Amino acid sequence: MAARRQSAYQRKVYDFLMATPRVCVLRAPGTNCDPETAHAFEMCGAKAERVHLLRVLEEPTVLSGFQVLCIPGGFSYGDDIGAGVIFSSHLRGRLSDALHTFLTADKLVLGICNGFQTLLKSGILPDGAAGITTDSDSERDTTLTWNDNGRYTSLWVNLANLSSNNVFLRGIDQIEMPLAHAEGRLVVRDPSILETWRQNGQAALCYCSPPAVSRDESTGNCNADHWLTAELEYPLNPNGSFANIAGLGDATGRVLGLMPHPERFIHATQHPEWTRRKLRGDGDGLKLFRNAVEYFG
Amino acid sequence: MLWEVEIRPAAGQVDREGERVLAECSGMGLQSVSTVEAARSFILQGELADDVVTEISRTLLADGVVESFSIHQLDAAASDASNSSNGSHLLNVLFKDGVTDNVANSALKAMKDQKVSVEAVATCRKYRINKSASEAEIARLSAKVLSNDAIEHVVSGTLQMNRISLGGEYKFKLTHISIRQMDNAALEQLSKDGQLYLSLEEMRTIKQQFVDLDRDPTDVELETVAQTWSEHCSHKTLAGRISYEDENGPRQFGNMLKETIFAATVSIRESLGDDDWCISVFKDNAGIVEFDDKQSVCIKVETHNHPSALEPYGGANTGLGGVIRDPLGTGLGGRPVCNTDVFCFGPPDYPHDDLPRGVLHPKAVAHGVVAGVRDYGNRMGIPTVNGAVYFDERYLGNPLVYCGNIAMIPVGKSEGKVSPGDLIVAVGGRTGRDGIHGATFSSGELDEDSEMRSAGAVQIGNAITEKMVMDVILEARDRELYSAITDCGAGGFSSAVGEMGEETGAEVWLDKCPLKYTGLSYTEIWISEAQERMVLAVPEANVDEFSKLCSSEDVEAAVIGRFTDSERLVLKYNENEVADLTMAFLHDGRPPVIRKASYKPEEETPLAVPAKDRFDDDLKSILGSLNVCSKEWIIRQYDHEVQAGSVVKPLVGVNRDGPSDAAVVRPELESNRGLVISCGMNPRLGDEDPYWMAASAIDEAVRNCVAVGADPSRIAILDNFCWGNCEREETLGTLVRAAIACQDVAVAFGTPFVSGKDSLNNEFSYEDENGEKQTVVIPSSLLITALGQMDDVEQAVTMDVKAAGNKLFLIGTTFDELGGSHFALVNGLEGGAVPIVDLDQAPEIFAAMHKAISGGLVESCHDLSEGGLAASAAEMAFAGGLGVTLNLAALVETSNIDSDAVLLFSESNTRFLVEVSEQKAAAFAERFNNLPCVEIGVVNDGDQCSVAGTSGQTVIESSIEELRQVWKQPLAW
Repeated sequence: MAARRQSAYQRKVYDFLMATPRVCVLRAPGTNCDPETAHAFEMCGAKAERVHLLRVLEEPTVLSGFQVLCIPGGFSYGDDIGAGVIFSSHLRGRLSDALHTFLTADKLVLGICNGFQTLLKSGILPDGAAGITTDSDSERDTTLTWNDNGRYTSLWVNLANLSSNNVFLRGIDQIEMPLAHAEGRLVVRDPSILETWRQNGQAALCYCSPPAVSRDESTGNCNADHWLTAELEYPLNPNGSFANIAGLGDATGRVLGLMPHPERFIHATQHPEWTRRKLRGDGDGLKLFRNAVEYFG
Repeated sequence: MLWEVEIRPAAGQVDREGERVLAECSGMGLQSVSTVEAARSFILQGELADDVVTEISRTLLADGVVESFSIHQLDAAASDASNSSNGSHLLNVLFKDGVTDNVANSALKAMKDQKVSVEAVATCRKYRINKSASEAEIARLSAKVLSNDAIEHVVSGTLQMNRISLGGEYKFKLTHISIRQMDNAALEQLSKDGQLYLSLEEMRTIKQQFVDLDRDPTDVELETVAQTWSEHCSHKTLAGRISYEDENGPRQFGNMLKETIFAATVSIRESLGDDDWCISVFKDNAGIVEFDDKQSVCIKVETHNHPSALEPYGGANTGLGGVIRDPLGTGLGGRPVCNTDVFCFGPPDYPHDDLPRGVLHPKAVAHGVVAGVRDYGNRMGIPTVNGAVYFDERYLGNPLVYCGNIAMIPVGKSEGKVSPGDLIVAVGGRTGRDGIHGATFSSGELDEDSEMRSAGAVQIGNAITEKMVMDVILEARDRELYSAITDCGAGGFSSAVGEMGEETGAEVWLDKCPLKYTGLSYTEIWISEAQERMVLAVPEANVDEFSKLCSSEDVEAAVIGRFTDSERLVLKYNENEVADLTMAFLHDGRPPVIRKASYKPEEETPLAVPAKDRFDDDLKSILGSLNVCSKEWIIRQYDHEVQAGSVVKPLVGVNRDGPSDAAVVRPELESNRGLVISCGMNPRLGDEDPYWMAASAIDEAVRNCVAVGADPSRIAILDNFCWGNCEREETLGTLVRAAIACQDVAVAFGTPFVSGKDSLNNEFSYEDENGEKQTVVIPSSLLITALGQMDDVEQAVTMDVKAAGNKLFLIGTTFDELGGSHFALVNGLEGGAVPIVDLDQAPEIFAAMHKAISGGLVESCHDLSEGGLAASAAEMAFAGGLGVTLNLAALVETSNIDSDAVLLFSESNTRFLVEVSEQKAAAFAERFNNLPCVEIGVVNDGDQCSVAGTSGQTVIESSIEELRQVWKQPLAW
């Protein structure tokens, strides 16, 4: 009897643990959005831990204990030789094997702002697991670089979800979020890559104008592809990104990188017009974190 | 070997830096400059093969998608085409030796991490100018646009170097100063040549001390005394004896600040009794007040004026970095949650050719200062949420840069205590030659040669280092690993250790301080103001754990001494004792400063209001004036939302471009309790009457706070006096008069001062074209910063009108007070009465306003300040994207004024324009029983701002879109 009771208890613990994904919020020197990002995950029921990069470099296998890896915003290493460059060089170096393992498992990776810049410059975006093992001789085809206006810019944007498979964006058509960056302009070597991204659902988030665009019910895809070719100027597309892209996913839909900050819209009172629209309660940005937690539910 | 990696925009990419420089050239009229190509380069020193340099360039230094690069050896016979002038003028801009180069340092570290055998890295900016450009214009371009010779130098033509300078040799030699033999003239010379900025009497006191000791001081002893006794560190003028006289007769102060501003706080705390919510005021690096049962909140505002005049970017950068270290070094350490900044500049359209020698153009100053604050605040991850900018020609040679920081301290951690035996631990940045003599330099006056004399004083910050320091300190605080902490600010280790060890004594081992490069003397180590350093008292038992914590986050910590019970300050360099001073002499030995101050009120002259039928143009001129117009260009460069606490943003409304009265921030993510941050300042009124200038600044700061929902019974304020040379009786007189007003108003409002700072000697001297010395004194500039609180941030209101049909109420009384107003400014009018504050009624209005807002009766609320009623109504309308209609006739009875101009533009204090829904209008008006409250208009769904005058005729009817544009355009850089 005792043994069976214990076993039932253990199963309960196991179920509980599985339903409570562990999130590694990976911080490097100069990362500064880690507390609020961890808080956003915790609000949605995850167990989030802020882990220093030095600790992971010492022992790359720590990563295996987590279901979600999140690289939050900030200025890792001061962005001194380009946003996310030094952080990404550590990912590509000593951590590449551990990351490859992580990416091939059924796990999630989120990069916000500096985290997106880091994922992109490491190769994890847009190519996922394949990107981190790619022979270092191959040239990157995509980058995030200086905004068209040449300076750090902080404002709210409207975003359209174009991806039918990205886990973080499930159930979202349009969403508002703040952004704050100097190097958020997406540039590609060859514009034809857009067609591949579009087909794979990788061109995940686009800057768009406020009116809502509905989902095409018959295919389940968004007819919001229109935003990939729309002519949007500042402040709608605040940095001049190629194809108005604000966020990229990998082909599996389990990796997302985005310049805007969902963790800064966890309370309705963070919205710039909350007093006009009489908003109360949770902010829409929580949806991304909730989707990640529910993926393991 | 020395390699240069030159990085250019790839084909098809815009050369933004080149475009910027070319635009500056055309702005300055440099017509012969027609093309500018910009590039950046890394100079690498080490035994490196060319394929290694290529690989590191490709993977680390250049972004191959948007940039291309080339490499060449600098020390080889330089014939590589890419380094040559290539048919154009080539200019290379390099940092001077010893100036912090963050990019080079990061690149060096990243390369070492990748096992590249590089020894040193430097960075360089390169510009290729069309061959036909004239030498004279290129020289001008180099000096005015491409470089600031306080920190950089320009090498023209092909760059030729053999190695990157890495400091020099240092051979210990103890230096004594034979002060005992010096006569008065020699003492004064020593003070001047040594940049000690001490008075003759202070020098004589030092001399006597060493005569009594029967020995000469060492150089480092003399420096230590000068740092400790500097105006910057000891506030000897304002905390000194002042014999003051004004129209009310003479008044003697034994300690002016203590008897005015501190006294106000003391009396407020006494009258609050058990409800006193101040925790620590005027004693630590920042003032601390209660917040909730878990956290206290602390605040500090500092200035960094003289460094910003010389090197705007570095000055403002380290100004913000420095003030962030204040709360971090308060009590046992505060967690910073937001920043504030207020700037005063010369006019941005000032003609280049009329600038006095040694003065940077105000637009360049503004660009540099904003970038400096931006880069520090954003990188630290601390939102910059509130600020203001003022323009006046008198700020030309002496701009003002105020930076503030607000931080949370857990209840019970508001005080640290040094015990003898605790180790002195320096944490963070290394010590270099940067910022030598900052404390004494800032206490003197600026002139055209300041740049030459004080090159060592120019500092550049590294926000990432400070962020890393902050992270480990907050963790160590929570683990209770140290017993006291302070920041290294002005005076460096000298001030930090001197203050911490004041009650105990300290012995410092200067050779143990980590250095950026070799070659520093023991004195330089002791007084360097290198950035990002904190000093902690760590009990010996905790040192290992503390060091381990630091190294786990790659932060450098070094034990540099021990606190003792000797009540002496002893400095050693290896085995050599280089200083031995008693704490008593250092902290209490300074002879008192005794000053005279006088104030003669000016006879008030009437202001002749011009007769007009319409005031649309006045309104537009005011909205488009530099002090009033939109500061969006600055605000959008600041991250005001990091830490996820933003509730009321600096810009609000339907287009997110209306000017908020104050910021509301939620400092704890789990709680709805909020902080409210605002400021008040009006240098224009200081020219009329410093008493009412100060009173108005306090009223403005408090009413801004109340306008968004702060509880007026929980507002703490700070004073920052920036004044001219207070050795002049009449200059000090205006300051004393302002301080008396601070006392009167603070007590009347029940609003305690919790901290403050003064910066005197804000003057600029130069020789005019006739060879005569001219001195420009800044306007008396008192900044009041208010820190309010609100129980529930969801009760906050913003200033944008919300819905057609809502009523508009004017709260507060309008008086005929156009003196110093913006209406007077744009019409070139003199005289008139300045706004006063009704000390009895104002607190009642604030309390009633707060009840109305917290009771949910208010849709929007905006304070009335520069431009009066008309400007506020216009701002509320365009922020909400709705029309407003006002009727001035409604005001005639209560104000007894029938002049449309006065009713529209008077800048009377303690007034709010409030939007209330029809259903709540009666309840709202009831809150203001016996207080001035007039229904003055309505919100409509049109697109006009319309005002009917006292006799019913239209006096303003302008489209809100046009008003928005004139307000937004002037500083849309």
